[in-house]
Amino acid sequence: MKLTTDDVKKVAELAKLEFTAQELERFTDQLGRIVELVEQLGEVDTTGVEPMAHPLDVHTALRDDQLRTGLTHQAALANSPKHDGEFFLVPPVLTR
Amino acid sequence: MKLEVLPAVTLASMIAARELTSREATEYFLSRIRRLDTNVGAFISVDEEAALRRADEVDARLVAGEFSNSPLAGVPIAIKDILCMTGSATTCASRMLEDFRPPYTATAVQKLLDAGMVPLGKTNLDEFAMGGSTESSALRRTCNPWDPERTPGGSSGGAAAALSAGLTPLAIGTDTGGSVRQPAAFCGTLGLKPTYGRVSRYGLIAFASSLDQVGPLAHHVQDLAACLNLIAGHDRLDSTSLDVPVPDYASELAQPLAGLRVGLIREQIDNDSIDAAIRDATLRCQQTLSGLGAELIDVHLPHTQYSVPTYYLIAPSEASGNLERYDGVHYGKRSYGDAGSPSPLEAMIARSRSEGFGPEVKRRIMLGTFALSAGYYDAYYKKALQVRRLIANDYQQAFTQVDVLLGPVTPTPAFKLGEKSGDPVQMYLEDLFTVGANLAGIPGLSVPAGCNAQGLPLAVQFQAPALAEAKLLNVAHQLQQAEFFKPALAPSFAH
Amino acid sequence: MSEKPYKIVIGLEVHVQLATTTKLFCGCSTEFGAPPNTQVCPVCLGLPGALPVMNSRAVELAIRTGLALDCKIADVTKWDRKNYFYPDLPKGYQISQFDQPICGEGHLDFPNPDSPSEKLRVRLIRAHLEEDAGKSMHDEAAAKADSRIDLNRTGTPLLEIVSYPDINSPAAAKAYLTELRLLLTYMGVSDCNMQEGSLRADANVNLHLEQNGQTIATPIVEVKNLNSFRAVERALVYESQRQYDQWLKTQQTINDAPKQTRGWDDAAGVTVPQREKEDSADYRYFPDPDLIPLHVTTDQLDQQRQQMGELPAALREQLENVHGLKPYDADVIVSQGRGVVEFFQAVVAAGASAKRVSSWIQQDVLRTLNERGWTMAEFPLNPQQLSGLLQSIDASQIDNSRGRDVFQYWIDHPTMDLDQVKSALGIESIDQSAMEALCQELLAEHPKIVAQVLEGNQKGLGSLIGAAKAKNPNADHKLVRELCLQLIQKGL
Repeated sequence: MKLTTDDVKKVAELAKLEFTAQELERFTDQLGRIVELVEQLGEVDTTGVEPMAHPLDVHTALRDDQLRTGLTHQAALANSPKHDGEFFLVPPVLTR
Repeated sequence: MKLEVLPAVTLASMIAARELTSREATEYFLSRIRRLDTNVGAFISVDEEAALRRADEVDARLVAGEFSNSPLAGVPIAIKDILCMTGSATTCASRMLEDFRPPYTATAVQKLLDAGMVPLGKTNLDEFAMGGSTESSALRRTCNPWDPERTPGGSSGGAAAALSAGLTPLAIGTDTGGSVRQPAAFCGTLGLKPTYGRVSRYGLIAFASSLDQVGPLAHHVQDLAACLNLIAGHDRLDSTSLDVPVPDYASELAQPLAGLRVGLIREQIDNDSIDAAIRDATLRCQQTLSGLGAELIDVHLPHTQYSVPTYYLIAPSEASGNLERYDGVHYGKRSYGDAGSPSPLEAMIARSRSEGFGPEVKRRIMLGTFALSAGYYDAYYKKALQVRRLIANDYQQAFTQVDVLLGPVTPTPAFKLGEKSGDPVQMYLEDLFTVGANLAGIPGLSVPAGCNAQGLPLAVQFQAPALAEAKLLNVAHQLQQAEFFKPALAPSFAH
Repeated sequence: MSEKPYKIVIGLEVHVQLATTTKLFCGCSTEFGAPPNTQVCPVCLGLPGALPVMNSRAVELAIRTGLALDCKIADVTKWDRKNYFYPDLPKGYQISQFDQPICGEGHLDFPNPDSPSEKLRVRLIRAHLEEDAGKSMHDEAAAKADSRIDLNRTGTPLLEIVSYPDINSPAAAKAYLTELRLLLTYMGVSDCNMQEGSLRADANVNLHLEQNGQTIATPIVEVKNLNSFRAVERALVYESQRQYDQWLKTQQTINDAPKQTRGWDDAAGVTVPQREKEDSADYRYFPDPDLIPLHVTTDQLDQQRQQMGELPAALREQLENVHGLKPYDADVIVSQGRGVVEFFQAVVAAGASAKRVSSWIQQDVLRTLNERGWTMAEFPLNPQQLSGLLQSIDASQIDNSRGRDVFQYWIDHPTMDLDQVKSALGIESIDQSAMEALCQELLAEHPKIVAQVLEGNQKGLGSLIGAAKAKNPNADHKLVRELCLQLIQKGL
């Protein structure tokens, strides 16, 4: 497929990235060429091939339902760009 | 004494014998970093005080009789700045995490600490490990100690450069599509990507979770073996880490290679894109192996040509999800949107991400988001997972005939800084020979193979079935013994 | 039920918080009510490099639930990421199950609220595990103030149980939820506390109307924010009427409008349109590479079957068929929980008649638990004690009202035996001759009543019984009545 700037805009919205008009142009061109590269896979017959999401055939890793010491309140908030000592703070979630 | 040319295990035995203290060794390398790293740019951060404090502590504990079973106690090591260490900045070479101080330590690093190793500092990388030249680092430019105009490779470019400039005796990197092996090849060191799940990923800041793996870089095969022994093993904090006993890698190094079946990957060795000197290096390696009694067999990995497109769908898709956590809310960079935007929250998230990530990271997030989005999932992401299985099957088939595979690491030796950074497709095609091992989850080892006419390092790659790291190390050690390669610093750092 | 000109079609999505000690993918506590951001670790904060590891208990409880709901349990189940940005979702994705849920199709049968002896069946599409998000708090008064984020709840294990649109009345929706909650609490799978958010329901509602011999469906609306069973019923009554009014106005069918989300405003008693989390919800589900697939073994299934215990439906049947209770009575007792059922069974096993035990438990015991704020386990009388009392009533050794006196006194003096309680209350049996003397005395004092009785009017006997009790509280009213009649008929 040929990527358009509209396609790229839509993806940017999903990915929560902002681009200037110029950047958008450049990304559309670059992504277009990368998509061309990956579309080579279209040549491969994958009928009936089970997708491989994990590199190794392993399964079932469980832990016991046991408490484990977490982070102190201070440590939890320490890297936060904005907090009030209790909560993480963000610009208002609700807009009216 | 020139400590930078000694094997790390030798340094450790000197320290254990009190011929040298850990503090002296640490001071030695810190002083080299202080003097020389301005020309290399290998480190993002060096905490001299913490390193020396740590060295003193290890010295005291060595005197008290601790670490008696630890082959690397007291030895300094460089850590790629993508592995978390409590309290020390872990940046991923990104503006996004410039001020991030993790409240916990990666399992692999913790194991090194538990074994008495001394972290010198954190090495540079491509931003979030996305790249093959360390040029996408937002914080530092690293050059190749063999030629300052050339890239050290990437993403573990800082680790390989630090080693080849003699700034550390050992380094820890991570490999998602060749990020340990390719910079090792460009900088003339050894670099091992272990089997997926052999080393815990806990505390390794994720790029592509089904491909990422922690691996050591070193000059000497014994060092690689000793270091892998320390970091390998099951971790209950990582569901994907393998619960399989760890062999004593050092004890298998001396095995003779007589009867070893070595597969020559025809699609790779005969590839048109491959540099003549690299093809020659591969041939020379075949001859040496043959002289050591190994049997050389032609093998085919028919889906090799699809490994780059497959990788560049799977890795960005996983990355797009892994990097969604960087939203300016709980940690990392926050930037506010324009005043009066209809949703200040969404504007904050988008602005933080747009200012926090560099272009290569954005490119991959965009590509991955696209490949996973409604209407494209089957044609792109799912298709890539299917071809991945075919690639893995090729390997499986090959390993019914041979014990290890031989091929190149890269099509060319180190390229010039800026040479490919304008063209992402060209850059991605560099990964042709390395991404297969990540897709299939098998181990791969980059072994130095002398230099080309311009004096740039060359390398060959060995790959083995899952969990057969011991075989890879055995082969490399025998090649070192046979002087197929000699551990060497970059010439201008060897005086 | 009045006939409506439409049929309501309701499907329910129920989120149940599983009764684990720790979160789904890390060892942080799931306890409700801790100070904000104190039950967190690198994993549930979504710190870079932290990795999830699955809680085995959550898997067990999901399997147990699936078995009780007759679901097909998957041999292999896996984890997927559901991607969206929200500040109470620190990883930017929720770990959930997309195409291979742990529990497949199943169903739940429950008493028809309109006719308790009949059953309704709701088929289930699936039940899958997922992690909960944190909480965002907004200061309604100051719209521009920052929102506050608490991540204590982040990562708490949820089982999402999704029904087919098989529910056709608000009352049936409530009854379905009631039965589901009962089942889950019976199995110890969840405390189902709605105030604390351990059980949350969303409803998908639309109407089917007949027009010119064709069935027409109105647009589907998802109603959220249903915080109590009463709210579920009220919201569905409101929403179905609203949709009908809307239909009359717009004639919009399911093909004319996309699915809409509305929230229930309990105070105002209306549903109001809600903004979607993302305008175009494209969650980009993909298999979570940090978690490997889970294989469910037959051993695990057997183990959970054993730990399930007897379930409400089976117990109701037992109370009806073995003990002869009416469906209504059986339902009341079973609805009180396993403790009350087991108490009932023990009292009956100790010898009292099932019907009397049923009525005493429904009235006296439950009232006492209510008044005193006791659980069944805290009730001071053991089954043998209560059975002893009820057997004396069965044998007419004590009448019902004196029995209540005994019960009232005994629950405050549970170490006494029945005789001690009786004597403390001055209850003793009166012998035949003393009773006859008492009755003769009464008749002598009330000649008018005697005359009435002789004329065939027995109404006055009641006041004789009252008078007898006044003279001697142990006088059994049945006996007084019988003796007085005999004496009158004999002509004294």
